[in-house]
Amino acid sequence: MDTQVLQDITVQTRRDILRMVHKVNSGHPGGSLGCAEFLVTLFNSVMNKNDSFSMDGHNEDLFFLSNGHISPVFYSVLARCGYFEVEELNTFRLINSRLQGHPTTHEGLPGVRIASGSLGQGLSVAIGAALSKKINDDNNLIYCLMGDGELQEGQNWEAIMYASSNKVDNLITTIDLNGQQIDGSTSDVLDLGNIKEKFEAFGWEVIECIDGNNISQIKDRLKAAKMKVFNGKPVCILLRTVMGNGVDFMMHTHEWHGKAPNDEQLEIALKQNPETIGDY
Amino acid sequence: MKNFTYTEKKDTRSGFGDGLTELGQKNNNVVALCADLTGSLKMNEFKKNHPERFFQVGIAEANMMGIAAGLTIGGKIPFTGTFANFSTGRVYDQIRQSIAYSSKNVKICASHAGVTLGEDGATHQILEDIGMMKMLPGMTVINTCDYNQTKAATIAIAEHKGPVYLRFGRPKVPVFTDSNQDFKIGKGIKLIDGLDVSIIATGHLVWEALEAAKILYNLGINAEVINIHTIKPLDENIILESVSKTKCLVSAEEHNYLGGLGESISRVLSKNFPVPQEFVATNDTFGESGTPSELMKKYGLDSDSIVEKVKKVLSRKQSIN
Repeated sequence: MDTQVLQDITVQTRRDILRMVHKVNSGHPGGSLGCAEFLVTLFNSVMNKNDSFSMDGHNEDLFFLSNGHISPVFYSVLARCGYFEVEELNTFRLINSRLQGHPTTHEGLPGVRIASGSLGQGLSVAIGAALSKKINDDNNLIYCLMGDGELQEGQNWEAIMYASSNKVDNLITTIDLNGQQIDGSTSDVLDLGNIKEKFEAFGWEVIECIDGNNISQIKDRLKAAKMKVFNGKPVCILLRTVMGNGVDFMMHTHEWHGKAPNDEQLEIALKQNPETIGDY
Repeated sequence: MKNFTYTEKKDTRSGFGDGLTELGQKNNNVVALCADLTGSLKMNEFKKNHPERFFQVGIAEANMMGIAAGLTIGGKIPFTGTFANFSTGRVYDQIRQSIAYSSKNVKICASHAGVTLGEDGATHQILEDIGMMKMLPGMTVINTCDYNQTKAATIAIAEHKGPVYLRFGRPKVPVFTDSNQDFKIGKGIKLIDGLDVSIIATGHLVWEALEAAKILYNLGINAEVINIHTIKPLDENIILESVSKTKCLVSAEEHNYLGGLGESISRVLSKNFPVPQEFVATNDTFGESGTPSELMKKYGLDSDSIVEKVKKVLSRKQSIN
């Protein structure tokens, strides 16, 4: 898909994120905005997807979101890929909605294959799905997205060790390196050290994406990652993103991790992201 | 009175291992995961027969639960194996979010439950697992009583869609149920008919209940003995039918009285047919090192303890009448 088209979808997704969290005065816009380019590109331009959703997902690529709090961007991307009607974005976090605060399979929302929100669990699930594909002789790939702060959860390191030891090489996981978490920068809260060296020491293939908000670069790095699969090693993309990207007052701060804009802030934010393919 | 006998003692975990071996041969979708306890869980035969469907995850139970959840996507039926303590308390949130809330078809198979784990002591003897697991929405909770029932249950849960917690143990105990039994999840089994008191037991306490019934019979007390292997969903009818006749009940389990089978029964009684109940269970305590039989005696889980609780509940019943 053309980069400009992906850019247009991204801007629309930003509007979706902002309007969703504004309406219910809750949710997580910062990390959602930071991952908009990546998820729009992955879903629209990279993943091999079947026309209709089934939980088992035979003969297609599968995606798992580990940092479930960025549900606004996930829901927008799913809806705009046709998993469900975009109008349903109106129900985000409302009672009786399929669009729960954090993603879940419980209400049967197409596109979601695991509940996430309690952090550190998504990579293990992705590994299980990758093993299932191998048993089924299904050569499609498993994608996973994780937050960087989430790497403080010990379960991830169990999973990281398992994947390389067992050559789970049909898996591409992306770490959203935005350097922020609720209480401040990751270096202040609990320094993650050198992530690249850590993954390499654990036996992973590591690909860096220096500008994780640049669609051309994301496309290129995802292509590079796909060249590395089925080669005996799991693959990790270190995606350096800017939290709150695309809304100037939300950028480079953890302040908008879990806070919604007020009416005035929404208006300014939407002005910076004019409608492209149509509001829901 | 129907008399139960046995010709051999076997551990319930071997029933799990042999059930898993059989399942491996007849269902290609069954996969197994183990966290460095393959020998203890008797999973070696499955591992040998189906190396491509066996996953050794190392000492990493949280990761094991997540991988099991992921394996269901694509149609696999994962059986996880480790001690009951590491199958539940250690990984509660992983089970809660990735398995129960996500409605994943994972079978959590837990050995060495309760004090009969023995000499390793309280760090490994979980007495809270039934409570934790039964509180999870959608989770089926099973605690089997002997080798044959554990084997039958292992095979049966593969056919049940949804998460299951299957609890069994370490010591060799009498084998007294049929080798070709039809295991029905959620269906209690009446072992002995009686009019005076209902003894409702699960797991290793079922045999103790049968032993207690023999002692009671010689004292002129006719005890009805029911084996409840499925704690959730609970067979309320078999319990209510029994107490409508006996008007009093003793529950028996190798678990804390808080959160166990007895508490589930209390709820059924208080809602439908309140009668006196006594609890054979641990009294909100941790276990300790010792042999299984020493521990069963010390923690009030043997047939003598059941007899005492029966006498107590009978006197309460009489004081009402």
